[in-house]
Amino acid sequence: MSTSGLIVSGPEAPAPSARVRRTDWRVLLIGFFGLLTVLSVVEVITGDNSLVSSGQINAAVLAAVPIGLAALGGLWSERAGVVNIGLEGMMILGTWFGAWGALQFDNPWIGALVGVIGGALGGLLHAVATVTFGVDQIVSGVAIILLGTGITQFLSAAVFADMPGGGEIQSPPLPRMGTIPTGGLTDPLLTLERKDIFLVSDLAGVLYGLFTGMSQLTLVAILLVPFTWWVLWRTAFGLRLRSCGEHPVAAESLGVNVYYYKYVAVTISGALSGLGGAFLAIVMNNQYRDGQTAGRGFIGLAAMIFGNWRPAGLAGGAGLFGYMDAMRLRGGSAAVHALLLAFAIGLAIFAIWRYYKGSRTAAIASGVAAIGTYLVYASTDTVPQQFLYFAPHITTLIVLAMFSQHLRMPAADGRPYRRGEE
Amino acid sequence: MNRWLSRDRLNRAVLALAAPLLAIVVSLVLTTLVLLLGGYSPSKTISVMVEAADRPRTQTQILNTATLYYLSAVAVAIGFRMNLFNIGVDGQYRLAALFAAAVGGAVSLPAPLHVFVTLLTAVLVGAMWAGIAAVLKVTRGVSEVISTIMLNFIATGLIAWLLNVDRLAVPVAGSNNIGTKPIPPSGQVPGISLISGSSVKVYGLIVLAIAVGIGYHIFLGRTRLGFDLRATGLSEHAAVASGVNVKRMVLLAMLLSGAVAGLVGMPELLGASFSYALNFPAGLGFTGIAIALIGRNRAVGMAVAALFWGFLDSAGNALDINRIPKEIVIILQGTIVLAVVIAYELVRRYRIAAEQRRVSRELATVPAAEEVPV
Repeated sequence: MSTSGLIVSGPEAPAPSARVRRTDWRVLLIGFFGLLTVLSVVEVITGDNSLVSSGQINAAVLAAVPIGLAALGGLWSERAGVVNIGLEGMMILGTWFGAWGALQFDNPWIGALVGVIGGALGGLLHAVATVTFGVDQIVSGVAIILLGTGITQFLSAAVFADMPGGGEIQSPPLPRMGTIPTGGLTDPLLTLERKDIFLVSDLAGVLYGLFTGMSQLTLVAILLVPFTWWVLWRTAFGLRLRSCGEHPVAAESLGVNVYYYKYVAVTISGALSGLGGAFLAIVMNNQYRDGQTAGRGFIGLAAMIFGNWRPAGLAGGAGLFGYMDAMRLRGGSAAVHALLLAFAIGLAIFAIWRYYKGSRTAAIASGVAAIGTYLVYASTDTVPQQFLYFAPHITTLIVLAMFSQHLRMPAADGRPYRRGEE
Repeated sequence: MNRWLSRDRLNRAVLALAAPLLAIVVSLVLTTLVLLLGGYSPSKTISVMVEAADRPRTQTQILNTATLYYLSAVAVAIGFRMNLFNIGVDGQYRLAALFAAAVGGAVSLPAPLHVFVTLLTAVLVGAMWAGIAAVLKVTRGVSEVISTIMLNFIATGLIAWLLNVDRLAVPVAGSNNIGTKPIPPSGQVPGISLISGSSVKVYGLIVLAIAVGIGYHIFLGRTRLGFDLRATGLSEHAAVASGVNVKRMVLLAMLLSGAVAGLVGMPELLGASFSYALNFPAGLGFTGIAIALIGRNRAVGMAVAALFWGFLDSAGNALDINRIPKEIVIILQGTIVLAVVIAYELVRRYRIAAEQRRVSRELATVPAAEEVPV
C-alpha cells in the first residue's frame, strides 16, 4: 500500500510506520478513536452500555492519574539512566505526607505539595545510594520500598492514632480538593449520551466523564505529561538529562555534569511518584490508609514500559490500565466479559494490519489469539474479576515478549556510572 | 613481602566485619533519632525488645520465622550469585504453597510419602512459575526484574481466584476465613521441642532449611555447575570464553531459585497451618531479598541475618503492648538494608584503591632495586 494519500479505511487504519517515531501523539489519538469504535461496536453487540459510559470513564481517569504520575516518575529517572523500582516506596511516602500536609494546614494543595516533598525525599535517597555510592539500582529500590512502608506505618501510628476520626492505620477524612467548574457546558453531552446513538453517544459519554467533576489536581497531572515531554525533548536541559541515560561517558566528555543530572532526575522522579501518592490519599480516597498504593507504583512502571519510555505512550498505558482498574473496582462482571469480545476484535484488527505490513507470523499468531479469545468469550458467561486485577501486568509481559524489538529503553539504563571509569 | 601479605589479610578480615557492624551502628543511630523525634524512649524500646527475646515463646518464634526467611533468602541468593534478580520469590512461594496445600489436602498416602508428594508439588510449582521468567529472558530477552514483578501480581490474582469455595477452598470452621482442605496428619511434619518452656514447637522442617543451606554451600563451592554459575555471575564474557552456555545457566539458576522458593511456605504449611488460607504469611519474598543482601549470599551469613531479622520481628511485637509503634522495626530493617549495601560498596571501593596502592608501591620499589646493580 502507498504511504501517501488519504487513509479512509476507518480509525483503526494502519498507524504510520514504526520508523517515524515522532508521531506519538497521532498514534495515541488514532488508538483512542480505534478503541472507542471497537468498544462501541461491542456495546451494540452485547447490549452492555457500561463499557464507555461517562461513569466508567470518570472512574478510569481517576484510577489512571496515580498510575500515570508514577509512570512519569519512572520516565524521568530511567531517561537519566537510573532504574527506579522504588517508585512504589516513594508513592507510599507521598500518601502519608500528602495526608498529613492536608490535615496540618487544612488545605489539600499544601497537602499535595507536602506529598511531593515526601516523595522527593525518597527519590533523593535513591539518588544518594545509586549515584554517589554506586549501590545496585534494584537493591536500592527494594530498600526504599521497605523503608517507605516502615516510615509511613510508623508515622501513621504515631500521628494519626491520636486524631479524632483517625486510627493507627488510617487518617481522619482529609479536606477536599476542588473540582474544575464546567458551568453546565457539559450538560448537553449528558443528554447526547442518553440518546444512545452509535459512537456519537459514546464519544459524548467519554467527554462528559472526562470533564465533569474533574479534580483540579487531575488537570495538573494530565498537563504534567506534555510538560515532561517539552522539558525532556525540547530543552537543552532535557537533552543533557537524556544523554546521561544514553551514554554518560560521552555526556561527561561534552561537559555535562552527569551526577548532577542524575540527582535532579531521580529526585523529580520521587516528587512525581509522591504526587501520585498524594493524589491517592487526597483526591481518590479522601483519607490516608496503610497499604493504599496497592502496587500502583509497579503498575506505573509497567505503564512506562508499555509506553516505550515515551510520555505519550505512558499516558496511553496509564489510561488503559486505569480503565481496567476502574472496571474492576466498579465490579461489572458482565462488562468484563464484553471486554473480551473487544479484545478479540482488537487482536483481529491487529492481525490484519500485520498482514498488510507483510509480517506473516505475527499476523497468524494474533489471528489465532483473536479466535482463541473469541472462543473463550463465546463459551463463558462471565470473567472472574480477579483476572482484571492482573490484566495490566499480563499485558506488560505480553508486550515485552512480543514487541521487545520495538521497545527501546535508554541505552545506559540501569548501569552504574562512576566518573572517570570505563 | 610476607609481612605485607599478612597485614593485607588482617585488613581484609577487619573490613569484612567492619561493613555490617558499621551499617548496624549507623542504622541504630538513625532509628534512635526517629524514636526521639516521635517522643519515644530509645532505651525503653531496646530493653522491651531484649526482654521479649528472653522468653522461650519468643525464641521459638524467632527460630520459626528465621526458617522461612532463610529459605527465601537462599532462593534469592541463587539468582544473585549469577547476577539474576529474582524478585518473584514472593509469588513463587505463595502459588507453590497454595497448590501444595491443595494436593496435600486431597491425597491420602502413608506418612513419609505424603509429605514428599506435597513438597514435590511445591518445588515443581515454584520452579515452573520462575521458569516463565527464565524462558522470557532466554528467548525474548525480557528483564527478569520486570517479569518477576509482574508475575508476583499475576500470582496474587490467580490465588485470589483459586482460593474460592467453588475451586480449591473450603470454609474454615468457626470463622469467615476460607482455606484449602486441611492436610491430614499423615502429611504433617511434627514440631520439635527445641526450646524448653515454650508451648509452641519449632517447625520440624527447620531441618529442611538447614539441609538447603548446606546443599547451597556445597553446590556453589564444590560442584562444576555451581562454579559455572558463579563464574557467569562474575563475568559473563569469561564464562562464555570457557565454554559455559549462558542461556542454559540462566534457565537453570532461575529454575533452582524457583524450586527453593517453592519450599519457603512449607515449614508453616506442614508444621502449623496445614491449610492455605487467606491469612497465609505474605511478603516473605521481599524479606528474603533483604536477608540475602545482608548475608552477602553466603550460607552462614544469611542464617545469621535471618535469625537477626526474626529477632527484630518477634521482639518488635512486644513493643505495641508498651505503646511504642512496632513499625519502628520496619524502619530499622529498611535502614539496615540500605546502610549495609552502601557500606559493602564503600568497602569494595576502598579495597580496590588499597590494592592499587599496594601494587603501585611494589612496582615502584622493584625497578628501583633492579636499577641499582646496573
